[in-house]
Amino acid sequence: MAATDVAPANEKRTEERDTIVIRFCGDSGDGMQLAGSQMTNVSAVFGNDVSTLPDFPAEIRAPAGSLAGVSGFQLHFSSNDVFTPGDEVDTLIAMNPAALKTNIADLKRGGTLIVNQDSFASGDLKKAGYESNPLDDEDLLAPFDVHKVEMTRLTRDAVDGLGLSPREADRCKNFFALGLVYWLYERDATPTRNWVSEKFSKKPEIAEANLKALQGGQNFGLSTESFRVHFRVPPAKLAPGKYRKITGNEALAFGFTAAAKMADRSLFYAGYPITPASDILHELSRLKHFGVRTFQAEDEIAAMSAAVGAAFTGELAITASSGPGICLKGEAMGLGVMTELPMVIVDVQRGGPSTGLPTKTEQSDLMLAMFGRNGESPLPIVAPATPGDCFWIAQEAMRIAVEFMTPVMLLSDGYIANGAEPWRVPSLDDLKPIQVDHPTEFNSEDGFLPYLRDERLVRPWAKVGTPGLMHRLGGLEKSDVTGNVDYDPNNHEHMSKVRAQKVANVAASIPEQEVFGAQDGEMLVISWGGTYGAVRQAVKTLTEDGCSVGHAHLRYLNPFPSNLGELITRFQTILVPELNLGQLVRLLRSAFLVDAQGYNKIQGKPFRVSELIEAIQSRL
Amino acid sequence: MTTELPVLTAKDFASDQELRWCPRCGDYSILAQFKKVLPTLGIPQENFVVVSGIGCSSRFPYYVDTYGFHSIHGRAPAIASGVKGVRPDLQVWVITGDGDGLSIGGNHLMHAIRRNVNLKIILFNNQIYGLTKGQYSPTSPLGKRTKSTPQGSIDNPLSPLSVAIGSEATFVARSVDVDTRHLTSILERAAHHNGTAFIEVYQDCNVFNSGAFYYASKKGVKEDNVVYLEHGKPLIYGADRDKGIRVNEGNRPEVVELGSGISEDDLLFHDEQADEPSLAFLLARMRHPEFPEPMGVFRSVQRPVYDIALDEQVSEAIERKGPGNLDELFNSGDTWTVE
Repeated sequence: MAATDVAPANEKRTEERDTIVIRFCGDSGDGMQLAGSQMTNVSAVFGNDVSTLPDFPAEIRAPAGSLAGVSGFQLHFSSNDVFTPGDEVDTLIAMNPAALKTNIADLKRGGTLIVNQDSFASGDLKKAGYESNPLDDEDLLAPFDVHKVEMTRLTRDAVDGLGLSPREADRCKNFFALGLVYWLYERDATPTRNWVSEKFSKKPEIAEANLKALQGGQNFGLSTESFRVHFRVPPAKLAPGKYRKITGNEALAFGFTAAAKMADRSLFYAGYPITPASDILHELSRLKHFGVRTFQAEDEIAAMSAAVGAAFTGELAITASSGPGICLKGEAMGLGVMTELPMVIVDVQRGGPSTGLPTKTEQSDLMLAMFGRNGESPLPIVAPATPGDCFWIAQEAMRIAVEFMTPVMLLSDGYIANGAEPWRVPSLDDLKPIQVDHPTEFNSEDGFLPYLRDERLVRPWAKVGTPGLMHRLGGLEKSDVTGNVDYDPNNHEHMSKVRAQKVANVAASIPEQEVFGAQDGEMLVISWGGTYGAVRQAVKTLTEDGCSVGHAHLRYLNPFPSNLGELITRFQTILVPELNLGQLVRLLRSAFLVDAQGYNKIQGKPFRVSELIEAIQSRL
Repeated sequence: MTTELPVLTAKDFASDQELRWCPRCGDYSILAQFKKVLPTLGIPQENFVVVSGIGCSSRFPYYVDTYGFHSIHGRAPAIASGVKGVRPDLQVWVITGDGDGLSIGGNHLMHAIRRNVNLKIILFNNQIYGLTKGQYSPTSPLGKRTKSTPQGSIDNPLSPLSVAIGSEATFVARSVDVDTRHLTSILERAAHHNGTAFIEVYQDCNVFNSGAFYYASKKGVKEDNVVYLEHGKPLIYGADRDKGIRVNEGNRPEVVELGSGISEDDLLFHDEQADEPSLAFLLARMRHPEFPEPMGVFRSVQRPVYDIALDEQVSEAIERKGPGNLDELFNSGDTWTVE
């Protein structure tokens, strides 16, 4: 790019920062998720710790320029350990007036605001509900370091001569914005350049345009007088090893694939498209060379039923959905409980009830997982703490399912599913084998008895096709031992208790609960699922300030770890922050007769660390 | 190494369970023919799976000594699709009824057929909900008085075969519970079909809908009320084989008397392998008493089979990429090393 009106580069200062929170926001069609994930990738590759919060509307293309159509991607990158995507934003990139309006409240005082000045024309202003141009509002902008950039024009200039239509040219402006951000934070664009070349290998002119726009943004940062300072965020001191970036849904797909390998079985995934779980289906459908078979069923009911069918034959079966789909699966999950077949059901939770908030996170399906089936229908429940933990919890869920012959529920959530973090690539030695036993002969003098149990109350799993072991399963109550249909009142009570006790027996096979921070004292904060990062950061901050607070983050929700009841008695107060109206807190109160208090938020957004600190402090 | 398969008989496929259908239920005959056919197929006993939903007919798996699954209402085709999804080598039979398969499970039935999963589906049609003691079903005729329709049903019924044909079925057939030789031959044909085989069996619920199909099952009556389909042959029926079906200029079927200027060559010739399903559909819409109802194989064509194709995709992926390597998977994408 020509550099005639440019201040010499050496006038630019570089300042060092520990940590930065940046948010890209714009119209749904502006490519903000792409820009955000590329920035995440280069930051991770550079060595920062990262945590992300993609936040997008349920509509694929809400009316262009409207408030409802704003899509955002927040990234926290740091030279320290990062637990959350960050409370407040240091740098906000707003591609249009609607994005500015819906996001500026989160920009901290003194923060950097970069706007695409070209989109602040009357039409878009009106759609965003601005009566006058906010870029002329000195009171509004006074607290911030504002950079009005003619991104549309500059992007068109950058791709000039490539023969693109104006529309195609304008679609490159996310790369221009990205280039500017790369300059601002001294990012090496190589991973992004490689990604663009590969992604658009069949459309070289689009690849070149995006690369030129990216370079244009970098050049602009270098040359404009608007930016005097750029920032360096040194690499984090992560544990040594090889890393990659991973999202929760990717990690689940990897985890289940690994579980199947470790069990030496094929993996069957049956699912129906639903936000925010569909990416698990997408990831697994690319892994057929691992023997993974994916089945996109006609509905959620069929997906669950097909998983039950596959489990019956002796293969590893999983399904995934979100709340509305889990409701539909309840019937066939009950069949899984009755027939005592192993399978994993993933619920990537989102805001409810009903269709609710499809793209927003919530933790409101715990009671659904515990009790959302007819009859006494217990099953084990586990929940990952972070995106990377999804990899491990998937294997753990499968282990429990197979070892105890039971459906297992895995409660992820939208925040974990779409959020990304650096993931230390495991070595194969880190993975634990999953023992699968199929009988090949009669287990009694009376032939094969499908409900003859071992000491943990687990029944045998005969593989279909095994000679001599033909047997019938079904949803009707059965006689213990034989599995024959049985309506006897005492048998039903016995079987109900056996199914409950078998699930309770899982507690003996899971680790004891650990507590971070104070091991006894004033307050124990108990959390589960995707709130891990925010709660851990809050408790860490407070314990460093000398507060007597401990943190127990539960990965096992049913049964609870066997020492949890005892841990609770060591603290005066129990606080349970949840993104619901109080579900785990009810289970804890009922299980341990403890006066646990809830701290609840139900806005489709994760906790901020600051609000948790305040909530804890106000109760100490 | 090849091992000689033991010679099995119907007795080998009898389970130790006491049959709990009502006395003289049509289900007994279907079960008996089924147990007769299975040993003739040259498939090891342990490689059969019988999956059912809920309803009287769905008790079926308990009475057959194979791997079996008495599942939940309407879901048998979906459960069976899961079985075939991982084990295309098994022969899987689905037992369903008019309520189970066409009402609560209509969606699963339609999609299993559309995919052409290699399932053998027998739909016992008795035009009534028997297990819940006598409500009208999706195949009950208009005006039918039942416990839930004291003034007569106002629900228009559908034809199971029309649903199957509309779902792009590759094999569609119909038989009658007590027509033992015909039923046996249809079960055999279905067993050998590659893809979803859909069979409707007229089944008498002698408690809640007795005699609904006497016109098609009683000797001395049925001859004038059913026409047996044979591939490549004209549609002739009647106790004296003097009546036939002709397609008129409006492309509608009509009943004609043979002789007096109408010869066999004027009749509709059955073609179960027709490219288009329109003939099968026309036959499926021939209803008593206006027409004799066709029995036999309406349609039998070849199309790629879902579970085989799924298996092939796995093999092809392994051939192309090599067997999955976890280490490579974990290290895919951009990685970096922290010293």
